[in-house]
Parts: sequence; structure tokens; C-alpha cells
Amino acid sequence: MSLRPEDVQRIAHLARLAITEEETQRTLAQLNDIFGMIERMRAVDTEGVVPMSHPLGGAQRLRADAVTDVPDRERNLANAPARQDGLFLVPRVLE
Amino acid sequence: MNHVLHRMSLAELARHLAAREVSAVDLARHFLGRIERHRGLNAFLDIRPEVTLAQAQAADARRARGEAGALLGIPVAHKDIFVTRDFASTAASRMLEGYMSPFDATVVDRLAKVGMVTLGKVNCDEFAMGSSNENSAYGPVLNPWDTSAVPGGSSGGSSAAVAARIAPVATATDTGGSIREPAAFCGITGTKPTYGRPSRWGMIAFASSLDTAGLMTVSAEDAAWVLSAMCGFDPNDSTSVDRPDEDFTRDLARPIAGLRIGVPKEFFAAGLQPDVERAVRGALETYRSMGATLVDISLPNAELGIPVYYVVAPAECSSNLSRFDGVRYGHRAKDYGDLADMIKRSRAEGFGPEPKRRILIGTYVLSHGYYDAYYIKAQQVRRLIADEFQQAFTQCDVIAGPVTTSVAFGFGEKAADPVSMYMSDLYTIPGSLAGVPSVSIPCGFGEGANASRPVGLQLMSNYFDEARLLGIAHQYQLATDWHRRVPAAFAG
Repeated sequence: MSLRPEDVQRIAHLARLAITEEETQRTLAQLNDIFGMIERMRAVDTEGVVPMSHPLGGAQRLRADAVTDVPDRERNLANAPARQDGLFLVPRVLE
Repeated sequence: MNHVLHRMSLAELARHLAAREVSAVDLARHFLGRIERHRGLNAFLDIRPEVTLAQAQAADARRARGEAGALLGIPVAHKDIFVTRDFASTAASRMLEGYMSPFDATVVDRLAKVGMVTLGKVNCDEFAMGSSNENSAYGPVLNPWDTSAVPGGSSGGSSAAVAARIAPVATATDTGGSIREPAAFCGITGTKPTYGRPSRWGMIAFASSLDTAGLMTVSAEDAAWVLSAMCGFDPNDSTSVDRPDEDFTRDLARPIAGLRIGVPKEFFAAGLQPDVERAVRGALETYRSMGATLVDISLPNAELGIPVYYVVAPAECSSNLSRFDGVRYGHRAKDYGDLADMIKRSRAEGFGPEPKRRILIGTYVLSHGYYDAYYIKAQQVRRLIADEFQQAFTQCDVIAGPVTTSVAFGFGEKAADPVSMYMSDLYTIPGSLAGVPSVSIPCGFGEGANASRPVGLQLMSNYFDEARLLGIAHQYQLATDWHRRVPAAFAG
């Protein structure tokens, strides 16, 4: 398998990363190297092997459906790149 | 006594604190002074002496009121992957430059509760992605043993700070080797507990099925003390293991006689440098002379760890890092068009090359048509590797081998070639995929031009066997003094 420049641009779009022509070319060679290394894994016979998503297995623990957080509005807003009237400010989404 | 405070074990420091021969404020001043004097290492990203001294005064006040915990007043440095209210938390990324967390990570909070005093935040590879610290947006940390060598990564600030004795202990995180590899490169003790044992609440996420908090210390004994305070069930972390708190010092005195040490032949195959092999085999011989039996074992699929890891970790990273959108926190681009453009440009400017590379790999392997061929396949091979560990532990109590194929490499040697950099974690990734606890302890030095660069011995035990694992490491450290060596420029 070998990626093409348009594949890299498609993936970058899916990942919401702006990417320049020059970055596309450089990244393409590196990604193809990495996928070449990954290819070895695909030859292993894994028929019937249950995928391991987590080292300790088991189901995710559920907690009681109760309010546990007391949000500190000022502290949470303090890191916002832009804010207005106690809200996060973003560019207009609906015309 | 002040001139030797940085050469003492935690037990010695605790004794002097208990006898009121030294105060927490004295200790904080001593280490802050050393941090200042050795700023050239670039180990720290944020220090705030007024915060540190206030915490030290509070520890002294607690002692004056009759409290007597072993860690009360002992300083600690936190990897900049743990969020903190009183220090900036950046993950060594431009994306989070200046970020002030509204809360403390559970690990930070638990260590503060027993009275440990925060010296500051230490450097690392950006979002804990890297094996050399060259991926930090704030410049690499230098290796105190040889400043032309990398300190390892991603926890390179943690390992360098402890090796240079500018912090007696540092927290760290390990996803594929990020505690053990830098510990080996810097000649100190690195401890990665069982996956799920320490809480990850407030630990900036990279790959959630692998990320584990741990420690950098001078000795296994020091690690056992701090790990006991650090680990415990946390309802805020859905992967936190619900087990009672443990005293990890309980097996420190247990003798080695009768111990079965498994030696995987795959960890001594082509690629292992002869000087590393000699030091590691020397350590195994020491264990044998102490009464251990060496057992030949095999982990046939361990060498597939790297390809498996470079599917699983980027997949999870692409998901975890999707939260950085320039809306609620983090970098926002100055010039942009609509909302989607703002997000794309903010991410392109905020992330460095390695996180971007991994986000792209992860996005690809999770995308339509490739999910089964890559992500599910990798999870299946991961199961095979984990099963081999369980098979091995029917024949031995602990697995031993090298941490890395070579001693610390030079700056720039691997930076241009991601695949060769990824190979740095050949021996540490299998244990990460299985999720078993593992330590790296110093066992010698390289040879020739590498004579000043340390070598690490890796020990891995079965799940939740940290107390025994640290005891096995401690017994070696009673018989040897590699862990007590300090680079000459940082001894005094």
C-alpha cells in the first residue's frame, strides 16, 4: 500500500488540520515509511482472536447518575481564547 | 548538612525532617537553588518559588501540629502532562501555552495530601509523544551524564531532573516506554505500575488504552514509598482499578533466593548493542549469585509490538487530541474564515510535527474501509502478545532484559527518521501493550565513546505485583551502587 498526495490531504481534512503543499510532500514520504513498517503486522494469522481493547478487560464501570461537579464558571472560562458575556465566543455558524 | 541534602534517599530525608534537623522550607530552598543553578539542562518548564515555599511552609505547619507522614515535606517535580492549578500545564505544546487548569490531577492531589511539595513542572516530548525529548515545543532537555546525548523521552525532564539531583523524585507517564527509556538513558530508577493502578484523572490523554502514570526516583526503595501514596481507586477515572490502597514497601526485604527470572531470547537478538548486552547479562549474573534461577523464555510476537503500537496509539491519539479546537481553551489562530477554518488553522499552528504525524496516522487507520484492516487487526495481535506474557509467567516470576538496544543517542541522530526513532521502544512496548508493571534500574555504562552513558535493566512482573517487582529491584540495588552514581557536574 502506498499513499498518494491526495490521500494525505483527505486525511488532513478529516483530522481538521490545515496542511500546505510542502507539508503534504514531506508527510507523504514519512507516512509511507511508517505504513511500510506497520505492514508486517498484517501478515499474522489472527483468525478467531478476540481484539484486545484494554489490558484489564471487563466492562466499563458506571457511576450513579448524580451531580458530582460544581463547575467553576470563571476558572473554566479563564483559558478561553475569546469570550463574551460569560460564554465562549466562536465565529458565526448560522447566517 | 545542606550541601548533601540532594544526595540522600527519601528515607534519610524523612528521618532528618522527623528529627527537625531540616525543615520542608530548607529542602524546598535547597532544590529550588539547584534548579536555578542548572537551568541549562532545560528540565523545568514552570517554576514558581512563592508557590513552592508556601506549600513547604504548610508542610512544616502540619508537622508542628503533630503530623508525621514519611513524605511530609519531601519535594516532587511533576511532568507537564499532569494538570495543576498553581502551575501552567502545557504538555510541552504551543497548543496549551500558558494554560492554567481549574483543578489538580488526582496524582498531584494525592501527593499533596501526604504533604509532598511541588517544585514545578518538568519538560517532556509534546503530548508525551517521543523517545528523545526533541519533540518538546520548548526545546529539548539535556542528559546530565553527557549533554550531547538525549535524556530519552517522553519523560526526559523527569529523568534528567532526578539524575542531576535537582529533584529527589518526579512523576512521569509511560505509554510505550516513556518512563523506562529515559530512566535507562539517565541512569535512574523508572517505575511504570500496572495499567489502571494510578488514576489518570487530570493526566492529559494521549493513548487511553496504554497511558499509565508512574515515577522517576533514584532507587526502587524511594519509588515504593511514593507509589504507595500515589496509587488508589479514583471514581473520577473510569479505568481506575477498584482495589484497596497498598503498601508497596512490604516486599523490599524479601530475599532473591528461589526467584525464577525469565530471560526472553527475543530481547537479546540482532540489534542489541554489545555494550548494553554485557551490562544486562552482568546484572542477570548478579541475580544468579544472589540465588535466583535464570529461565530461558520466549515472547515470539513481541517484535510485532512496534507495528501494533503505531496503529493503536495514533488511533487513540487522533481521538483524544480532537478536543483541541481553539474554542474552550488552547491556541486559536489569529486569521481565519469560518468555524471549520478556525479549527483547522488553530490545530495546524498549535500542534508540532510529531502530534500531527500521529493524528494523521490515527485518522487514517480509523477511517472508513481501513478500521478492520488496521485497528482491529492491531488489537488482535495485541491480544497474542499479552497472552504470551501470561504463558511466560507460568514459567517465571519476573521477566528481565534490556530497556533499550543502545545507550542514549545524540541529538539529531534519529530526529529526521520517525521509523528509526520509533524503534527506540522495541523492548518497552510489549509490556505496555500487555499492561503489566515494569521498572528500569541502572546496571552499568556503555563502552568506548559511550562510557559516560548509562545502561538500564528492565524487570517486568505480572499484573498488580508491583510490591514484589520493586523488592526484586531493591535487592539488586543493595548489592550494587549503579543507582547511587551521580554525574560529576551535578554531584556537589
